[in-house]
Amino acid sequence: MENSKKYLLLLTLLVSVFSIYNFTIYTSKSDYGTIHLSKKAINGENIWLKNNCNSCHQLYGLGGYLGPDLTNIYSTKGKGEVYIKAFIESGVKAMPKFDLSEKEKDDLVQFLKEADQTGYYPNIDANIKPNGWVSIKYKNQNYENK
Amino acid sequence: MKTNKYSFFFISVGLIALLLGLLCGLLAGFQYIIPDFIKEILPFTVLRPLHTLFVVSWILLGAIGGIYYYIENANQKLVKWHFGLFIITGIGISISYLSKNFEGKEYLEFPSYFYFPIALGWIIFGVNYFKTMLPNFKDWPVYYWMWATGIVFMIYHFTEAHLWILPYFRSNYIQNITMQWKAGGSYVGSWNMLVYGTSLFVMSKISNNESYAKSKKAFFFYLLGLTNLMFGWAHHIYIIPTAPWIRYFAYAISMTEWIVLISIIYDWKKSLSEQNKIDYSLAYKLMILADIWVFLNLFLALLLSIPSINLFTHGTHITVAHSMGTTIGINTLILLSSIAYILENENKFTFISEKRIRNGIKIFNLSFLFFWISMLIMGMKKAHWTFFKQSVSFSQFQDSLHWFYVVFVLFGLGILVGLYIIVFEFLKGIKKA
Repeated sequence: MENSKKYLLLLTLLVSVFSIYNFTIYTSKSDYGTIHLSKKAINGENIWLKNNCNSCHQLYGLGGYLGPDLTNIYSTKGKGEVYIKAFIESGVKAMPKFDLSEKEKDDLVQFLKEADQTGYYPNIDANIKPNGWVSIKYKNQNYENK
Repeated sequence: MKTNKYSFFFISVGLIALLLGLLCGLLAGFQYIIPDFIKEILPFTVLRPLHTLFVVSWILLGAIGGIYYYIENANQKLVKWHFGLFIITGIGISISYLSKNFEGKEYLEFPSYFYFPIALGWIIFGVNYFKTMLPNFKDWPVYYWMWATGIVFMIYHFTEAHLWILPYFRSNYIQNITMQWKAGGSYVGSWNMLVYGTSLFVMSKISNNESYAKSKKAFFFYLLGLTNLMFGWAHHIYIIPTAPWIRYFAYAISMTEWIVLISIIYDWKKSLSEQNKIDYSLAYKLMILADIWVFLNLFLALLLSIPSINLFTHGTHITVAHSMGTTIGINTLILLSSIAYILENENKFTFISEKRIRNGIKIFNLSFLFFWISMLIMGMKKAHWTFFKQSVSFSQFQDSLHWFYVVFVLFGLGILVGLYIIVFEFLKGIKKA
């Protein structure tokens, strides 16, 4: 068999496994927890994207680092809705003021509230295993820590 | 130049995008030191996407221009359409960012309608590439496979990166964010296929030896790299509460890259005795520097792929050190080497020009090394704050890093100066071509 045909065969095998893998990732109903965003929270995510909040803030540590991570900002003691709205309205340091309507602010807060329900960041109570693995602490499902 | 002028257009615009990307990066860096600095005109929310847009454009345009130049017989009419589409789209996205018109997820913040011209440009590139190259498929060295794979997977993963818009994926935030980073990790892998293919092409031509590019070892590494492109993305989201199998699988796949690292060390040791015999050209010098950054970054990437280390480094500047190390340290040096090879091929460097470029390389490399180290230190400090000092507020923590940010920006300025010198000399060379 020619080398090019051998390589093509290997490539085809790899792509076949990849297709099954992708199908699983796209269609799984049990691998991502049970929290589904409400319509109001999806509108809030649109506000988040429209104002590019992610360029300074992170959710689950993903985003820019100029501002703090906001994954659990809603449920953190002493923070929550009023705190979030105050920062949007006044800005601080490098953060400009955002001229959002009351409804937009409510939607954005709802998005942060529902994102908060999906898990923890930072995952302070994660359990480090000797083989390098980390069992993370889940908020709504318990895959590993039973 | 007459027959392949669009290759040079791609490269020239790519080089200009690099200059703009560095400028936006530096301005964004200033906002870490002086928070009010131009924040009403060009806030960080605008500068960051502009910075990533220009740097990614540099990598893609630099790689595409080189590939069109190397494959020689591409249909120039299609190349012209491809170039036109990318330029108009790039200008459109820049205007969109400057007018604060955002819609997409991180790194692809532009309104979703820009998906269509970009995808069409890649499809045109693919059609042109396969039409030109397929007749010689049997004899393809590995770099032709890498370019072909890079184009096809870029179309696929760029499309995948927009699937979150569909209502089916929208409501489950965890699946949504997983899909975003799956696509993101893999389209970066796709452009790496284009860039690393370019590196193998240039090395084969410099050494005038095609044997490695046709060897079983080269194909083994190509398939290993492709496996990582497909399945190794989840180290970006170890901390996201998905089912463990998704993360276990990525952990196992990512660890196969140790084989690549060990091979690099082995080959590097073997080539040491021959180094003095080689007459260093600019292209060769840049490629050797890229090799050092491959080693440093692969080592860092492997450490970050171990979940117990990733737990602490995630969400810190250590991740940025890895991504900038890859885009600036590896991709930029390989692409500059490719352009140097093209211009040396066409004898477009004067003695003075070459001397200036060598000085630029020195300034760039030294500044980048310290820039990279400063990010690692800032990352370690953030990890320490995140896990052990949460009683200190974020604002107080940021203030405590002030002088680190000053150093970080100063070395950023050094990178800008070094690369500006190189790019200006390259642009002069292209003008003469």
